Amino acid sequence: MSEELETKLKVYRGAAGEEPRYDEFDVPHEEGASVLDALVWVRENQDSSLAFRYSCVSANACKECMILVDGKVNYACTARLNTGTVTVEPLANKTLVRDLVTDIVPPKERLGSAEDA
Amino acid sequence: MMRVSTDVFVVGAGGAGMYAAISAAREGADVIVADKSLVSRGGATIMAQMTVASAVGHEEPDHWTHHLADTIEAGHGLCNEELSAILCEESVTRIHEMDEWKVGWARVDGRMTQVHAPGHGLKRCVYVDYLNTGPAVARALRGEVVQRPGIRRASGLAVIEIVVQDGEAVGAVAIDVESGETVLVEAGAVVLAAGGLTKLYMRNSASINMGGEAYAMALRAGAELIDMEFVQFFPIGHLAPRMVGMDPIMWDPFRYKVGGRLLNGEFEEFIHNYGASDGGTYTARRDVASYAIYKEVEEGRGSPHGGVWLSFDHIDSEVMKEKFGPMIGRLAKNGIDLQKQAIEVFPIAHYHMGGIRVDKKMRTRIPGLYAAGEAVGGANGATRLSGNAIPEAFVFGERAGKFGAAFAKNRKRASIDEAATKTVLSEPKAQLKKGAEPDGSATALMTELQALMWDKVGLFRTGEKLDQALARIREMQNDDLRNITIPDDEPFNQALLDWYELRAGLLCAESVTMAAINRTESRGAHQREDLPDASPDFERNQTIKMSGGKMVTGWADVPRISYTLEEKQAAVI
Ligand SMILES: Cc1cc2nc3c(=O)[nH]c(=O)nc-3n(C[C@H](O)[C@H](O)[C@H](O)COP(=O)(O)OP(=O)(O)OC[C@H]3O[C@@H](n4cnc5c(N)ncnc54)[C@H](O)[C@@H]3O)c2cc1C
Ligand code: FES
Repeated sequence: MSEELETKLKVYRGAAGEEPRYDEFDVPHEEGASVLDALVWVRENQDSSLAFRYSCVSANACKECMILVDGKVNYACTARLNTGTVTVEPLANKTLVRDLVTDIVPPKERLGSAEDA
Repeated sequence: MMRVSTDVFVVGAGGAGMYAAISAAREGADVIVADKSLVSRGGATIMAQMTVASAVGHEEPDHWTHHLADTIEAGHGLCNEELSAILCEESVTRIHEMDEWKVGWARVDGRMTQVHAPGHGLKRCVYVDYLNTGPAVARALRGEVVQRPGIRRASGLAVIEIVVQDGEAVGAVAIDVESGETVLVEAGAVVLAAGGLTKLYMRNSASINMGGEAYAMALRAGAELIDMEFVQFFPIGHLAPRMVGMDPIMWDPFRYKVGGRLLNGEFEEFIHNYGASDGGTYTARRDVASYAIYKEVEEGRGSPHGGVWLSFDHIDSEVMKEKFGPMIGRLAKNGIDLQKQAIEVFPIAHYHMGGIRVDKKMRTRIPGLYAAGEAVGGANGATRLSGNAIPEAFVFGERAGKFGAAFAKNRKRASIDEAATKTVLSEPKAQLKKGAEPDGSATALMTELQALMWDKVGLFRTGEKLDQALARIREMQNDDLRNITIPDDEPFNQALLDWYELRAGLLCAESVTMAAINRTESRGAHQREDLPDASPDFERNQTIKMSGGKMVTGWADVPRISYTLEEKQAAVI
């Protein structure tokens, strides 16, 4: 294990309609770690308000963790965390909710939706 | 605040919740099925890979009474036999129904393929290729849910508390995760199908939504839990090398299909030294296998990362390709070639035998409140047979929906005072701070709780460790939980949801630990190093409930039935 290695994680922040900003976090880098590991580390150690979506952790079953990693669509749980700078952003083709969370809920699956009234 | 109203409100949309929604709708009830994650995706169901046990008799002659006998034997004297019998008998109907719903059980020449899993007397477990049982089950059930106009789906609805008026369940308070809005649900019946609690252990196979919220909601509503000390550890969880995109319990189906040898750090087979046979056939029961692995490591015969080796190098590469298809490529992406290297495994928390106490109609002791799936305790006693959990979700889900709908039909729906929502949500409100620098997080405390449960309330327990754990859990409940600053960020305030989850997790941890302290013997999945033998005095179920804000434990006689083993029959196809 190489403890000195770090990743600089650049994270998109802000809710829909807010001026976006990028926060940077220095995240310890462990051999084989995923981008999701880094996000969880940030929430646990640096900023509990960081919003991102995931469920199954590493089974790649829930498909909820899709984001942009260095500009490319990827699952946070299967994308390996590189050293150096890694930028994570919400999906560009979905409506932003907050931070890395976008609206991926299928239509008709939200209680308040029009069909529901 | 949003107010909605329905006949049956189902909390949790995994296998049990979706089945409950379907069966309630079949009875003509209006249904809302809610999940804090996305419908069909948030829990254990979609993650399951392999075995679904049921005496359908396609592979060899079988009868559900034999499945029952195996279930009861694995349960070490604690199965609620009424529930076990329902599970085994009705699973046959449910497996065929899922087949009609196009789940796609693996077949050869029209017959469902059934494999032999540990603890079963014969080949009894159906599955979907390749290692795709959970996703296929989730898809088939979701398809049925979507088709029924009586069912409304609510993704991203985190249920916080069951509302009880005059001793009866009348609805629930929830938070719409994306908007942060409070939702008040008025319901004729509520079904708790929000899954298990294995996330509370450091090493686990759980999703992040499996922190025991169903149990906590049941307790707070006044229902009883049963046998909370029995947490099942899965013997061969993945330990090393680090993989991404693979489930930590993925080695199980490999072993079902082709065997695979368990070797200690000295590359010697060892399971036979613990009174079980293995020899690559994988028939050793889970508790025995976990114990053997733990002991080998403890005695210094572990692999480099503190586990044991699992080796497939003796199996022909063509056989591996045929049985596992695309999995081999996914392993290669992780740099793993099973022909060339062994991998390291160690037990992980996998399933909860304990849970909400229900009768044969899935009723809790609170009228209007039902439970289903892993949230229910009792059917599997002190250890669960592999493959019994998915059928349990189907069978109990179907029943909870059906009986819940019947109850709702004969009942005038109560209207809930809006003040109820305020009271329920008031607790963390004082800790919410706009724009505050986050100060301590519920996530960090959850990580501490997971380590505590793993070290002191885990695979092997002692009275001393359990006492230490209970003291720290109570301290976390009384102090740490109250001192977190929660950033008041909306929408999607995960930090606030984390707070509720931690509160629920601590209540579950307290239940498991108290129950483990009281059971001064070893039985099934509850192993006390200071009290290694089983005692006939403890062939009883342990109950736990909340009374005046305090947890109260008690004992109850195990529900038994008399049955005869019917002749095994082969299915006619
Ligand atoms: C990796 C893995 C592999 C497995 N493999 C097998 C197998 O091969 N065979 C077998 O028989 N069993 C297996 N099991 C066990 C089995 O999958 C589960 O016991 C079963 O699927 C439970 O179904 P359920 O519907 O009760 O719960 P789940 O499928 O866990 O669903 C519960 C749902 O409730 C939701 N929820 C939780 N809290 C709330 C809340 N507060 N508000 C709203 N929603 C909430 C969750 O998001 C989740 O979607 C496996 C389990 C795991 C984890
Ligand atoms: S966390 Fe489930 S697919 Fe990534």
